[in-house]
Amino acid sequence: MAQILVIGIGNEYARDDAAGLLIAREIKKQAREGVEVIELSGEGAALMESWKGADTVIVIDAARSGGMPGTLHRFDACREPLPAETFRGCTHAFGLYQAVEVARSLAQLPRRLIIYAIEGRDFAAGIRLTPEFEQSMPAAVDAVTREIVALEGDPSR
Amino acid sequence: MKNKTVKVDFLARVEGEGGLYVKLKGKTVADVKFRIFEPPRFFEAFMRGRDFREAPDITARICGICPVAYQMSACHAMENALGVMVGGQLRALRRLLYCGEWIESHTLHVYMLHAPDFLGYQDAIQLAKDHPDAVQRGLKLKKIGNEIVNLLGGREIHPINVRVGGFYKLPSRREFADLAERLKWARDAALETVRWVATLNFPDFQPDYLFVSLRHPDEYPFNEGRIVSNRGLDIDVRDYEKRFEEQHVEHSTSLHSVLTGSPPYCVGPIARYSLNFDRLPEPIQQVAREAGLGPVCKNPFQSIVVRSVETLYACEEALRIIAQYEPPESPAVKVEPHAASGCACTEAPRGSLYHRYRIDDRGNILDAKIVPPTSQNQNSIEQDLREFVTARINLPEAELQWQCEQAVRNYDPCISCSTHFLKLTIDRQ
Repeated sequence: MAQILVIGIGNEYARDDAAGLLIAREIKKQAREGVEVIELSGEGAALMESWKGADTVIVIDAARSGGMPGTLHRFDACREPLPAETFRGCTHAFGLYQAVEVARSLAQLPRRLIIYAIEGRDFAAGIRLTPEFEQSMPAAVDAVTREIVALEGDPSR
Repeated sequence: MKNKTVKVDFLARVEGEGGLYVKLKGKTVADVKFRIFEPPRFFEAFMRGRDFREAPDITARICGICPVAYQMSACHAMENALGVMVGGQLRALRRLLYCGEWIESHTLHVYMLHAPDFLGYQDAIQLAKDHPDAVQRGLKLKKIGNEIVNLLGGREIHPINVRVGGFYKLPSRREFADLAERLKWARDAALETVRWVATLNFPDFQPDYLFVSLRHPDEYPFNEGRIVSNRGLDIDVRDYEKRFEEQHVEHSTSLHSVLTGSPPYCVGPIARYSLNFDRLPEPIQQVAREAGLGPVCKNPFQSIVVRSVETLYACEEALRIIAQYEPPESPAVKVEPHAASGCACTEAPRGSLYHRYRIDDRGNILDAKIVPPTSQNQNSIEQDLREFVTARINLPEAELQWQCEQAVRNYDPCISCSTHFLKLTIDRQ
């Protein structure tokens, strides 16, 4: 298994909901050794299955908590419960938030689980990102890349 | 008269976005409106001009929970248009793929979305704290469904191995043998699930439903059959649009599907079960009886038991198909385009899913029509709420609200791939 698992989640046919997938694809292009990148829809049970046995996991998703489009949230899911309101708009009835918290209840969280959630504006059916959201994507890719670099250098990992 | 408005920010544990509004005037229910926003319309437009071979993969994106259903209805509709028959082992493998989707979709709903209602928990997170073994069993059972979809569909979410005419690549006997071992565990877990949900308490509520589902001469329906009802409807799928029409309603961006000249109709597990009980193998009929179901189930709250019975059937059927598997000569039947139109209906976990396409002589899609189960159930959901609330109008607000949400979740409404959540408003005047 790769040392770091990066999971991009979303729906590329629901405009800004594609964010997690698009950022993950940029990370994949970097072809970093020991980093595996996968894409999922965000359905919770599949997420829980995907990180089973993984040591260090980064999940990237779109958020719709009403914040400024492009705002990047970072959560260390092993240290604290996720704020439900940030993930309330998930398209899945059993999505990322539920997967993390059910996994916590069942003691099935990875040793390290970092969640990045980027605020979107428009989640209607469609294939284009909203412009202000698209502009914030490179900064989000940078932030996730820096996280990976920091984790790669983390001796506790 | 007491005036009261209760507003709930969102109704959790349904797929997608929508709204529910209940208006009470004194002791009567004045109005019920169930609104959803409907992504298939976008996909219908999006598909115009695309190659007919793309329809299964594009429509699979409509729903992250039931992509197989969209692929199957799209494939069958194109094959119907082009006069292609997919039989033998390829047909059996399509049923196997559908078994996988039913197992994963039903199990998710039973354990994660619906069971918390009956056991008094806000959500699966709370349920997992008190019932970790049950939740782990549900997750493991769902995973076997994912594995079937993964093996035949190429991947779990938005499978890509399905094509008009069959598949791109077929699994080996060895891969099927490994899967069968895990399916035997799944069959036992599914049986345990039926017994578990049979112990829940169900509100006494039995509307006089008009049920609609596919019915096949020999099989419990997945991919094929005639469209039948419990009140004499018995039509070929080609006549679907002669009997069913879609109507605009002011309060929803989604079209409401109606059976012309009839009251609201219900599709999905309880309709399918009630119209096809005699198509279940005898041992599964026996399990259903022991779980308190008759040959007809009119209590929508017992849909959790019916889903569990269908999950058990899907495990049995998957094992049967794998045991009889002989690799076919080719993974697909050859399909050449010509100008044509065709339609198909298959049984998605949530009910009948109708697709119709028209293509030109090069195989480009000229127009498409998709009628998903939830859009068909909208009127039935409203009707249920009207009856259900009328009989419980004196319940304390919180309890009424809880039971209304539960009544909507009986349908496992899938508004997925749209956005947000379902808002519930109870307006007392």
